Amino acid sequence: MTEQKPAAPRIRVDLQQVADLVPPGARVLDVGCGDGTLLAYLTAHKKVDGRGMELSMARVRAAVSQGLPVIQGNLENDLKDYPAGAFDYAILSQTLQATHNPAAVVEDLLRIARRAIVSFPNFAHWRVRLSVMFGGRMPVTPTLADSWFDTPNIHLCTILDFIDLCRIMGVRIEASFALDGAGRKREFAATAAIANLLSEQALFVLTRD
Amino acid sequence: MSPESPAPRDTTRENQGAAHAGLRLAEPLVLQSGVTLPGVTMAYQTWGTLNADKSNCVLVCHALTGDQYVVDTHPVTGKPGWWSDLVGPGKIVDTERFYVVCANVLGGCMGSTGPKDINPATGKPWGLSFPVITIPDMVQAQAKLLDHLGVRQLFCVIGGSMGAMQVLEWSHRYPERVFAAVPIAGSYRHSAQNIAFHEVGRQAIMADPDWCQGNYADEGKIPKRGLAVARMAAHITYLSETALHRKFGRRLQDRNALTYGFDADFQVESYLRHQGNTFVDRFDANSYLYITRAMDYFDLAEEHNGVLAEAFTGTKVRFCLISFSSDWLFPTPESRAIVRALNAVAANVSFVEVISDKGHDAFLLDEPEFHQTLQGFIDGSADQRGLPARRKP
Repeated sequence: MTEQKPAAPRIRVDLQQVADLVPPGARVLDVGCGDGTLLAYLTAHKKVDGRGMELSMARVRAAVSQGLPVIQGNLENDLKDYPAGAFDYAILSQTLQATHNPAAVVEDLLRIARRAIVSFPNFAHWRVRLSVMFGGRMPVTPTLADSWFDTPNIHLCTILDFIDLCRIMGVRIEASFALDGAGRKREFAATAAIANLLSEQALFVLTRD
Repeated sequence: MSPESPAPRDTTRENQGAAHAGLRLAEPLVLQSGVTLPGVTMAYQTWGTLNADKSNCVLVCHALTGDQYVVDTHPVTGKPGWWSDLVGPGKIVDTERFYVVCANVLGGCMGSTGPKDINPATGKPWGLSFPVITIPDMVQAQAKLLDHLGVRQLFCVIGGSMGAMQVLEWSHRYPERVFAAVPIAGSYRHSAQNIAFHEVGRQAIMADPDWCQGNYADEGKIPKRGLAVARMAAHITYLSETALHRKFGRRLQDRNALTYGFDADFQVESYLRHQGNTFVDRFDANSYLYITRAMDYFDLAEEHNGVLAEAFTGTKVRFCLISFSSDWLFPTPESRAIVRALNAVAANVSFVEVISDKGHDAFLLDEPEFHQTLQGFIDGSADQRGLPARRKP
């Protein structure tokens, strides 16, 4: 953590994908911001008015020690505190599948921000399917690295499941991206069904507008 | 370092003759109670230099029994300044970058006007005829001092415990005069338990026959025993159970066996007696009554129908709240309540709970996580304010 620099020109590939979606000067809430890597990047290179929320106090300290406005909080309790429309973008990276009530979380994100950027591991990726079909066990893949008994992921879903949820909730999918395990954009022209088979992760931009 | 004021002094009279450097306010103070208090002196210390655009001032707000001797050796106790770990050349609050000001609070006993001073109307010490003062009164007096020093907007206002209350009051009352605010180990209001402990202390003082209904100065007495007991009770609340037990356990003081009497058999008793006895040399009993009362009266939510968030509507102040895990006097949920209120108005807020077993007093002690957090926030805020970056060691 100490060797991280807020103005580092390169960040993790999947965070870079998120960062590329945020316009300069936006008001951003990074939910589950970790040690603030993405927030630091957005602040330095996109001049955003950024805030962060993170569950782990150690990571919060790391972020605040870099001068970032980050609070310790639990997204399922503490997003409720923010007023409607407080942000342009709410970012939830690789965390939705670990929440108790994903629909309520998406609802809250779109209440406090005009757009939500949400990414999650795709449980319909072929490697996951093969793992269950031929291995007969809960999948452990590079993207889903934990065993069933110690995973934080309690609400895993597929890309098609998530698209269904958005339809049920009346949420508009403004953009969607299929990502490989490292978070790089996949190059194939993806229908949802093909993306559902071939993508290890998915990245959605959601709005109610 | 000696106090220095870069501002012109034509409208006010420096209190040159007093033991503590200070400023006599030109105008009387209209207190929250409605009483007008004339002839107010604010004793203060400064370090560093105010920059050309007057944007680098840091106001330090002291706690209940603190004072303006943040950095320098204390003139009464001879001990180092109470925050000399944090404030000074090259320190976190770097006096080579910032112009740092700390004033003794109104009602205090280190040079600012308080109950031990002479009431100009009677020629006698105020005693209990001194008007009850509040946290907003303290802050109003500080604001007038800063006017005199030529500081319009503070870069940062910072303080722990009662200092945190002043920081919150500053941010609420004068949001345009505060760029960044750091309330540490504090609360937006005193809880029933906080008030209860203060009441024990006040009753101890008032039960001392030498208190003389508050007129002890006239009687040539000092209510030492009462004030010492008040300090002993309060001191327990500043430490955690763990820290107290680690420090003293059940060890005996200068003896090998229990005496079957009421001497200070235990080290912890001896320690508390020492804390009480040394406190009376540097603190005034009536000041203790007045300042504890000011803390009890503080409730930032009250004037907003109990909705704390409304105290911060539209605020542009950058906040950093810090609490300590073993602080049971101002526990973490107090700070978190402030964070929630600030989130409700989408304010710029950082919040860290520092893991420490040292209790409330941790804010005065060497706590690396605390210092690291504070350094990050101050440097980040200085960058936002356009102040020069810290010299890398």
